Amino acid sequence: MAETAMLRKRMSVSASESPEELRPPAWSFVPRAFAPLLVGTVVAGILYFFVQPAIGGFGSNLLLFAGINIILAVSLTIVNGFTGQFSIGHAGFMALGGYTAAAIVYYGSFKIYGDASFHGGLVSWTGRAGGFRGPLLGSGDLLFVGATVAGGIVAAAAGWLVGLPSLRLRGDYLAIVTLGFGEIVRVVLQGTDEQLRRYDLELIRSTPMLKLMNKLGGALGFIGIPAYSTVFWVYLWVAIMLIVAVRLKHSSYGRALLSIREDEIAAQAVGVNITRYKVRAFVLSSFFAGVAGALYALQIGSINAGELGFQRSFEILIMVVLGGLGSVSGATLAAIILTALPEVLRFVDQYRMIVYSLLLIIMMIVRPQGLFGVREAWDLFRRRRPRGGA
Amino acid sequence: MHMRAKTLALAVLAPAFLLPILFLVVGCEKQSSSSSTQPATGSASGGAIKIGHYGSMTGSEATFGVSTDNGIKLAVKERNAAGGVNGKQIQLITYDDQGKGQEAVTAVTRLIQQDGVVAVLGEVASSRSIAAGPVCQREGVPMISPSSTNPQVTEIGDMIFRVCFIDPFQGYVGASFAKNQLKLDKAATLYNRSQAYSAGLNKEFVNAFEKLGGQVLIQQAYADGDNDFSAQLTAIREKNPQFIYIPGYYTEVVNIARQARKLGVTCPLIGGDGWVSEELKNAGDALDGCYFSDHYSQEDKRPEVQDFLKKYKSEYGKTPDSMAALGYDAANLLFDAMKRAKSLNGHDLADAIASTKDFKAVTGNITINEHRDANKLAVIQKIQGGQFSYYATVEPPK
Repeated sequence: MAETAMLRKRMSVSASESPEELRPPAWSFVPRAFAPLLVGTVVAGILYFFVQPAIGGFGSNLLLFAGINIILAVSLTIVNGFTGQFSIGHAGFMALGGYTAAAIVYYGSFKIYGDASFHGGLVSWTGRAGGFRGPLLGSGDLLFVGATVAGGIVAAAAGWLVGLPSLRLRGDYLAIVTLGFGEIVRVVLQGTDEQLRRYDLELIRSTPMLKLMNKLGGALGFIGIPAYSTVFWVYLWVAIMLIVAVRLKHSSYGRALLSIREDEIAAQAVGVNITRYKVRAFVLSSFFAGVAGALYALQIGSINAGELGFQRSFEILIMVVLGGLGSVSGATLAAIILTALPEVLRFVDQYRMIVYSLLLIIMMIVRPQGLFGVREAWDLFRRRRPRGGA
Repeated sequence: MHMRAKTLALAVLAPAFLLPILFLVVGCEKQSSSSSTQPATGSASGGAIKIGHYGSMTGSEATFGVSTDNGIKLAVKERNAAGGVNGKQIQLITYDDQGKGQEAVTAVTRLIQQDGVVAVLGEVASSRSIAAGPVCQREGVPMISPSSTNPQVTEIGDMIFRVCFIDPFQGYVGASFAKNQLKLDKAATLYNRSQAYSAGLNKEFVNAFEKLGGQVLIQQAYADGDNDFSAQLTAIREKNPQFIYIPGYYTEVVNIARQARKLGVTCPLIGGDGWVSEELKNAGDALDGCYFSDHYSQEDKRPEVQDFLKKYKSEYGKTPDSMAALGYDAANLLFDAMKRAKSLNGHDLADAIASTKDFKAVTGNITINEHRDANKLAVIQKIQGGQFSYYATVEPPK
C-alpha cells in the first residue's frame, strides 16, 4: 500500500498533473493525431523547396535514396527489431509494391491521358530544376499517391499470406520462408510478359487493368514509368513511417511485440496472442516495404526484379542490425550512413566495396549491439531509467 | 504526454536536420574540387575536357565493365598522346555501379552534376542503360552506350546513342545464317529467362527465323545460376531439331554444350555475342562445329582492327574481347563528334554524334541512323578445337 501511494505520488510529480488529468481531453485527439504529420509535411516541404536546390542534383539524389532506405530499414525494424523475428525477404515486398505502383501509373496514364508522360504538379516534378511551370498539384499526383498506397496494400496482402502460416512457427522458419518468398517474387516477375508500349495504345485502353498486370516486362524490367516521386513525397512517407514506428514502439501493441521478442512463452502466458501480433507486425512492415518499392520505381522511372533479390534484402537487414535491433532512430541513422558511405568512399576507387565491407565489420566488432542497441537516439541524452535498455 | 510529444517531434526533426548536413558535406566536398573546371561544360576556357564512364567494375558482371573501361582508357590515352581534342586533353572519370540500377543513376548524376562531364559512356547491360539514360536525357548530356543491344535504350530520347547493333538485327543474323547459309529449317531454342539480353534475343531470333520460313520446334528456358540443363536438353532431343539457338553467356554455354553431347545431342549450337570468351576452350570438343554472331573478327585485315589488337596487347598483355573493342569505338566516335561539334554544349555535341557517317571503327564502319542506333555488319565465328575464327559476314536486311 505504501509503495502504491509512493508510485502514485511520483507519477503525479513527474507529470505535474493529477491522475484524472493524465487522460487528455477528447477534443485534442485530432490535433494530437495529426500534429506530427503536419510537422512531417512541413519538413518534407522544406527539404524539397529549400534544401534540394541548395545541395544540387547529386546531393538530392542521395537524399532521395536515403529516404527510401529509411522507410525500408525502419519497416524491417518492426519485424526484426521489435518482434524479434528474422525476415530476409524484404526486397520481395519492395518489388511487389514497386511493380504494382509502376503498372498502375504507367498503364493508368495511358488509359487516362493517352500517353505515359508527366501530368503532376510542382511537388512531383523530377525533371530539370526550374523547368516546371504549373500548379502545385496536378491530376497525375492523385494517380501517383493512389498507386503508392495500392503498392503498399498489395505488399501487405502478400505479407499476410506469407506470414499467416510461417509466423505460427518459432525459430528460423520465417527466415527460410521469406527468403524463398523473395526469390519466388523475383522469378515470377522476371517471367512476366512483355510490356505494352505507346504503339499498343488501343490495346492498353481496351484491356482491363487486371489483365495488364502480367505485362510487366519480364527480364528487362518495367521501364518508361513517368517519375513522380520527389524529395517531398519520399520524406512525407519517411515522416509517416517514423511516426508509425515510434508510436507503435511506445503503445501497448508495441509492448506486446517487444514481449514476444524477449520471450514468446512468457508473452503467451500473460495473454499475448503471439501469432496474431506477429502477423500484424509483419503486414505493417510489408505495407511500408511496398510503399518504398513504389517510391523507388517512380523515382528512377524503371524497376528491375533482378536487382531486388536476396542481396537487396540483406542490404536492408544490414541497416537494421547496424542501427541496433529495435531502434527506430538507429535504423534511420544506419540507412543514411549506408546510403552515403559508398559515395564518400569513391576516392578509393576499385577498393571501395572492400573498404565498405571492412568498415561494416569494424562497426559490428566495436558495437555488436548496433549504433543504439534497442534504445533511441534521444534516450542517450536522458538520465538512464532502470527499465531502459534491454 | 509531454514526453511523447517531444519524442515524436525529435523522431521527425532529428533526421530532417541530420540529413541536409550530411549531404551538404558530401556535396560541397566534391563541388569545391570540381568548380574550377566546371566552365569546361559550356565555353572553352582552358583545362581538360571531362568525359565519364559508368559500368559494372565490381559484381557478377565485372568482366564486362572492366573490359569496356580498358578499351575506353586506351582510346583516351591515344587521343591525349595525339594532342587531345581541339588542343585540349581528355580526362576520363570512371565510376562503378556494382551492376545495380540505383547505383547507375547515382553514378551518372554524380558524373554530370559534380564532375561536370560533357558526355557519358556506358552501360553494357541494357537494363542499367535504361535506368540511367533518363538522367542524361534530362540534363542534356549525350550518352553513348558501347554495348546495350536492347532497342528501347535509345528510345529514351535524342541524347542517347549506341555503337553496337541491336537485338532484332542480331536475331536476324543468327536466323538468316542458319536458314540461308547452313540451309537448316528446324530449330530449337534454349535461353536464360532471367536475363533481358537472352530473353530478348531469343524472341527476335524466333521472329526472324519464322519470317524466313524456318520452323521453331521448341523453346526451352533456364534461369540465372542454373547448372543442370539436362531436363531442357532432353525435351529438345525429343523434337530432333537440326540446330539449337542458345542466346546465353559463355559460362552457361560451356555447360550446356558438354551436357548436350553427353545426352547424345549432336546438332550444331548457334549463339550470339554473349559467347565471346577465351573460356570457350573449357568446353573441349563439345563446341566443335558451332557458330555464334559477333561484333567483329580479330582476323579482319583492316588497319583499324590490327592496330587496335596490337596496341591493346602491348597495353594490357591480352587479346581484347568485343566489349573492349566497343568501348574503344564508343570513345573514339565521341572524340570524332567533339571535333566536328560547334561547341561542347550537350545539344551541339548530340547533333554532331547524330550526324556521324561511315566512321571507321574497329567493329566495322558506323553510321548513326535516325533511331540513334549504329548501322553495321555482324560477323559469324566458327568454333573448332576451343578456338573461334571468322566464318562469314551478315549484312543488315534491306
